[in-house]
Amino acid sequence: MNNQLTIYALSSGQGRAGIAVIRVSGPRARDILVGLAGNMPAPRMASLRLLRTVDRRDVVDQAMVLWLPEPGTVTGEDMVEFHVHGSSSVVAALFAQFALFDSVVPAEAGAFTRRAFENGRMDLVEVEGLADLLGAQTEVQRRLAMRQFLGEASSVYEEWRSQLIKALALLEAAIDFVDEHDVEKEAWKQVEPNVRLLRDELIEAVAVSGKAGAVRDGLKLVIAGPPNVGKSSLMNWLVGRDVAIVSTIPGTTRDVVERVIDFHGCALVVSDTAGIRDAGADLVEADGMERAKREVGNADILVWMTAPDIISTVVPERVPDIFIVNKSDLNLSRNRNDGFDISVKSGFGLDQLTQNLKTLIQARIAVADDAVVVRDRHVVAVRETIRLLNDALENSGRPIEIVAEDLRKATRSLASITGRIDVEDLLGKIFSEFCIGK
Amino acid sequence: MFDVIVVGGGHAGCEAAAASARIGARTILLTHKQSTIGEMSCNPAIGGLGKGHLVREIDALDGLMGRVADEAGIQFRLLNRSKGPAVRGPRAQADRKLYRNAMQRELSEQSGLDVIEGAVFALIIEKGRVVGAMCEDGHEYRSASVILTTGTFLNGLIHIGEKQIPAGRAGEAPTRGLSEQMQKLGVKLGRLKTGTPARLDGKTIHWSALDEQKGDEPPVPFSFLTEQISTPQVSCFITMTTAATHRIIADNISRSPLYSGQITGTGPRYCPSIEDKIHRFKDKTAHQVFLEPEGLDDDTVYPNGISTSLPEDVQAAFIHSMPGLENVRILRPGYAIEYDYVDPRQLSHSLEMKCLPGLYLAGQINGTTGYEEAAAQGLIAGLNAARVASGGSAVTFDRADGYLGVMVDDLVTRGVAEPYRMFTSRAEYRLALRADNADQRLTPQGIALGLVHVSRESRFKAKLQILTDARSLADRLSVTSSAAAKLGLRVNQDGKSRSAVDLIAMPDVGLAHVCGLWPEIAALPYFAQEALEADALYAGYMDRQNLEITQLRREESFAIPTDIDYFSIASLSMELRQKLARVKPETLGQAQRIDGMTPAGLASVLGSIKKTRTRQSV
Repeated sequence: MNNQLTIYALSSGQGRAGIAVIRVSGPRARDILVGLAGNMPAPRMASLRLLRTVDRRDVVDQAMVLWLPEPGTVTGEDMVEFHVHGSSSVVAALFAQFALFDSVVPAEAGAFTRRAFENGRMDLVEVEGLADLLGAQTEVQRRLAMRQFLGEASSVYEEWRSQLIKALALLEAAIDFVDEHDVEKEAWKQVEPNVRLLRDELIEAVAVSGKAGAVRDGLKLVIAGPPNVGKSSLMNWLVGRDVAIVSTIPGTTRDVVERVIDFHGCALVVSDTAGIRDAGADLVEADGMERAKREVGNADILVWMTAPDIISTVVPERVPDIFIVNKSDLNLSRNRNDGFDISVKSGFGLDQLTQNLKTLIQARIAVADDAVVVRDRHVVAVRETIRLLNDALENSGRPIEIVAEDLRKATRSLASITGRIDVEDLLGKIFSEFCIGK
Repeated sequence: MFDVIVVGGGHAGCEAAAASARIGARTILLTHKQSTIGEMSCNPAIGGLGKGHLVREIDALDGLMGRVADEAGIQFRLLNRSKGPAVRGPRAQADRKLYRNAMQRELSEQSGLDVIEGAVFALIIEKGRVVGAMCEDGHEYRSASVILTTGTFLNGLIHIGEKQIPAGRAGEAPTRGLSEQMQKLGVKLGRLKTGTPARLDGKTIHWSALDEQKGDEPPVPFSFLTEQISTPQVSCFITMTTAATHRIIADNISRSPLYSGQITGTGPRYCPSIEDKIHRFKDKTAHQVFLEPEGLDDDTVYPNGISTSLPEDVQAAFIHSMPGLENVRILRPGYAIEYDYVDPRQLSHSLEMKCLPGLYLAGQINGTTGYEEAAAQGLIAGLNAARVASGGSAVTFDRADGYLGVMVDDLVTRGVAEPYRMFTSRAEYRLALRADNADQRLTPQGIALGLVHVSRESRFKAKLQILTDARSLADRLSVTSSAAAKLGLRVNQDGKSRSAVDLIAMPDVGLAHVCGLWPEIAALPYFAQEALEADALYAGYMDRQNLEITQLRREESFAIPTDIDYFSIASLSMELRQKLARVKPETLGQAQRIDGMTPAGLASVLGSIKKTRTRQSV
């Protein structure tokens, strides 16, 4: 007797559409399919069926149905897909028929994925990747999520795990098989460089994850420069609508104006800042300038802007990623020869600017593409693993069972992402590498 | 009518019978041959890493093995002496005759225990309960519970080359009938393999050509009761396999029943035959062989490291190819032995068969190897069989109590794929489960259970007092940083003073130095010094480990109803459903340790239990 509930949900979007896809998963999926479609179609074959009410009196819809028997389904259970006409009334009618079956309930949020996970169809990293995939808004977010979902990240974790197993196996062998001729007596000396390497690799992974997090959540593009050079105009052009107040009065932008945009597939958080000048600012403006300087410090991409009609000795506090000279339409001679000319007003050089921005963003994305540790939960576990590996490295001069204890804890910490590391894993490693048994 | 019948007089059987009788059960030990009680069938040694911990735990519960080994020990070594106290393992070579005699004397002195010769061939079962045993000569013995400790005797089959001899061990008949009876009752059996090397005549070995390995001076005994080792001490010697040895074995590997397909049972990875070692590690040009004396007045030598099932002529050829053994006389050939074992996942933590109440199993029958593993199980089975006989409840040990708890839990939860041996790496609370504190962990429980004799109880209390005094002494003794520098110790010149415990914990100082500084510390007994060392070294780790132990015990206290139907939990994978149904974990903690168990799987089990409970309470 199977006491698991059968669940169903509208898997395509809400509202009017050409087709609505409804998925059913669980032990009663087959009964529902027979009850409505009259008979069982061949497994995994799209079949056209007239769906009738359970009492056979009424037609609900003509639909394409798919019968997907367990265990090779996304949830690992029997599944049925109904591709019906996409109106909410058809869907509602179908759901009303489902409700006539016992132990059949609407799926709670995430229920399909949960079952996939519980039935071993997806590992935890893949499940988390799927969540990100469904939430992905931009192309870059999609790619990051896809890597996790396809299990590429899992294989990197697996590699770390096997390195840790190898290191710990050597130490455990030196403890448990000390009277064996074949076992390395100075095990820690042999293991230490590998532990150090692994630690560094994890540190690097966490650092990349920070950069990837920025790409995922939106790179911070900051427009800064002296007052009245046209920063807010550039902001408006980037955002595509008037968000910043544009005026010719220097110091108009007192605060930081921030907008998130999808810039050719990448999320950008664009900030327009108060103009920065040396002196003559009132208190409010000085406060705005302070914020502007902070923004410059936090920028992933700094766009520094000047204009030939503005005399300023202010220089950016860090090397800008892009240096532009606005107002080329004024045809004034430039007072410096670096940077390139644009005119937000006439559109001159804006294509070039777009191109330069794209190149910069691509470079940032390339780094992010290597990111493995993406989710906060993983970052926390990897940081803890790093801390424990550091403990092991610091305990170098102490008895080996203490170092082994640190590594044991490190394996447990990493295992919270990858799954348990068992003593049998260690023994297997020991017996395959050493000739044990005098 | 008896309370408990123990079948078998090996290491499991002896501890089982003694433990049962110690708590007052009327006990008989049935064995093929009274004279082989306490026989060491394989290597003449007790203890080692993990194993030495088990011997101390047996001793802490007033078991026999530690005291007997101290009496019979002819070379003691504390393994891992240069490492911390948690991974030090006492080990001793034992005189086989002295061991056997001491064990037989202990049993004969135990009141309430009778030893009877008889070959058991069937269990007596009434109303689904095991109530006695039947011998081949027609004798029937009745009891409230029966403990089987049949070792390698269940359908034992010896292999020497192409030759096969049904036997329990060299020269002794196997046990037949019991396996078949259990199988008929639905018990799942498997087949394992182990092996032993040839025995050599020490008079024909060129000792002078070999490296000598001496024991520790002074020897560290096993038993908390032993003050001094009085048996004379001897050395072991070391030889090596040579290129010729490797060639002879490689040339004849097809004549080894291990490689010809004649042996189907799985052997232990950590105790491979010499043919296995040479076949699997082809790049190794030599393997060490320890020549261990079997006794003070016995010239038999046990060559540790060359267990084999090759034919006798090949054995002779390769043995003669090793330095010192050129002209050695072989007293009896080595052999491999296959035997039946019971899948231990059919046992509860008290070592009772779940499907056959009243029947307890201990030792190799449960898939383990080693005297110490067998003895520890024997003690647990004896204790429980006796308690049940008098209407008491089962007593179990968990993974935080000791290595015996780790072992039993591993066996009943995960089963075995090869003969199971104890290692310190199997203990997750390794820093807490030390050989030096086995009595502190277990003796109080032993006293409460009536397992521990009053003389040990008073000794134990005296020891606790010494430890308390040693700790306050070590806290009191201290040096300032400048004084330490003057003494040549490398410490930070921070003006702070450091206690003896602080100094022991420092990698550049350590216990030996501290003993040099304070004669009061040097004068403490070794166990007290070890305790101070453990306190100092593991201070930062014990709090965390104690938290984990609390967590473990919380999960262990969550009982899973015995009538749970895992096949009705659809959110569990089929594999996990099958594993859970086979193991029938007693607690949520045990379920968690089943191999392949996932957090999600565990949540499903928990959910199902809660659902059932709610339904029942409505």
